[in-house]
Amino acid sequence: MTKFFTSSIGQKFFMSITGLFLMVFLMVHLTINSLLLFGDGTLFNVAANFMSSNPLMKVVEPILALGFILHIIYAAYITLKNMKARPQGYKVASKTKASWASKNMFILGALIFIFLAIHLANFFWKIKFGTVETTHVEGQELHNVYALVAGLFKGWWWYNVLYMLGAIFLFLHLTHGFWSAFQTIGWNNEKWIRRFKTIGYIYAIIIAGGFAFIPLYFLLKFVV
Amino acid sequence: MKIKLNIWKQANAKAKGKFERYELDGVDAEMSFLEMLDSLNEKLIKEGKEPVAFEHDCHEAICGCCSLYINGHPHGPGKETATCQVHMRSFKDGDTITVEPWRAKSFPVLKDLMVDRKAFDKLMAAGGFISIDAGQAPDANSVLVGKIDADKAFDAAACIGCGACVAACKNSSAMLFVAAKVSQLALLPQGKVEAKRRALNMVAKMDELGFGSCTNTGACEAECPKGIGIDFIAKLNREYLSASFSEAE
Ligand code: HEM
Ligand code: SF4
Ligand code: FES
Repeated sequence: MTKFFTSSIGQKFFMSITGLFLMVFLMVHLTINSLLLFGDGTLFNVAANFMSSNPLMKVVEPILALGFILHIIYAAYITLKNMKARPQGYKVASKTKASWASKNMFILGALIFIFLAIHLANFFWKIKFGTVETTHVEGQELHNVYALVAGLFKGWWWYNVLYMLGAIFLFLHLTHGFWSAFQTIGWNNEKWIRRFKTIGYIYAIIIAGGFAFIPLYFLLKFVV
Repeated sequence: MKIKLNIWKQANAKAKGKFERYELDGVDAEMSFLEMLDSLNEKLIKEGKEPVAFEHDCHEAICGCCSLYINGHPHGPGKETATCQVHMRSFKDGDTITVEPWRAKSFPVLKDLMVDRKAFDKLMAAGGFISIDAGQAPDANSVLVGKIDADKAFDAAACIGCGACVAACKNSSAMLFVAAKVSQLALLPQGKVEAKRRALNMVAKMDELGFGSCTNTGACEAECPKGIGIDFIAKLNREYLSASFSEAE
């Protein structure tokens, strides 16, 4: 069992588990964000404040952070080790058929990471440590997170573009990551490889499409 | 046909190799790729030059010796073909063909296009066998094996240990090879007994020998001359995980 943590399959097991966990998180995240599209923002504000004031979040937040950190640490470690397994490369680059995303997971991950840093600075940091204007819903004082989001997308059009780009990187990462995660934990066979690939594409389209649609919506609403 | 060749030449394991250019005339489209190399070598010997070293034996895709990385593909063009089954009709008159050895830290070049694949022998020695006393060849039907398992085990047993999976993988991972061996034995009653220990030991050896880990690109499956599928890698992961969680070490 101790060897498991340092073995190649064990390390990939943690990539897979953390990846699956992050994929569940993305679904919750998108569900709440989709409320941005309805009404005057009250709905979203209520949901966002419910999430941030929920005592459960005190537990979930560190787990989420840990999920990201473990995923990134293992990603860097595994990628570096794999690069060392072929000190001298081929003159003619491989012409073997394999998806681009599957061969560039680390680059895609790094791009997502850069996006993530900007994204956290935009919202998470401001809500947590900065001052956010407040609004009143049914006599309750709430952070006006809707105004924060709308303000960002209203003020600088390239933020809208950046968020759409982030969604594209995520899409590519997920088209491979989704089925790969099931393969890594051994939950796969001849038939399910194809099924998981299809489900993965659908998942990636919904997630990335959803996250890309929100900045597009604000772009059309305010700028055009 | 007339063919231009760009071939890796390296005097020995320690030497610094480089690509050498050759031109070969009178190549017949029906020649096999290895026959073409033979005729190149005859020409080189006549000219008093050093021939190109490459490995081959059975010429019928069962020994796994022939191992050439041809124009960006392990075992050259064609699906599920070993180098010895590639024919010159796959190329055109005037083509330039670049031939390289397998590249992996665990497969060091011995000379020119020949690599040392002892790492695979070491992997087999780590668990790719049955050590229980299975007795004489049993009577037919005395050991029952389900049809599905028998077919799957047979598919896995088709692996010839050529190493194209390692050569094709961007991580030089030996997962497909190990997956084929672990699955083949785990599916059969005689092999099942030691399945857990085998999975643990072979994976530990694989890591120790410096092969990379699997990122599920599927390149191995696309180049395997025996059509070993990556569903066996899922099975290896399954075997390894369950062994890790249940076998006390
Ligand atoms: C919300 C963000 C993310 C999600 C949902 C996610 C999801 C996944 C999933 C499901 C896998 C497949 C795991 C497997 O093959 O077993 C994966 C693989 C990978 N991820 Fe992520 N990931 C995210 C962010 C990142 C970041 C920030 C990085 C790196 C800086 C990264 C780097 C990688 C790499 C390198 C792999 C491939 C590992 C391998 O195949 O060995 N990911 N990701
Ligand atoms: S799995 Fe396929 S490519 Fe790999 S060693 Fe066996 S036969 Fe060769
Ligand atoms: S020479 Fe035996 S497999 Fe090609």
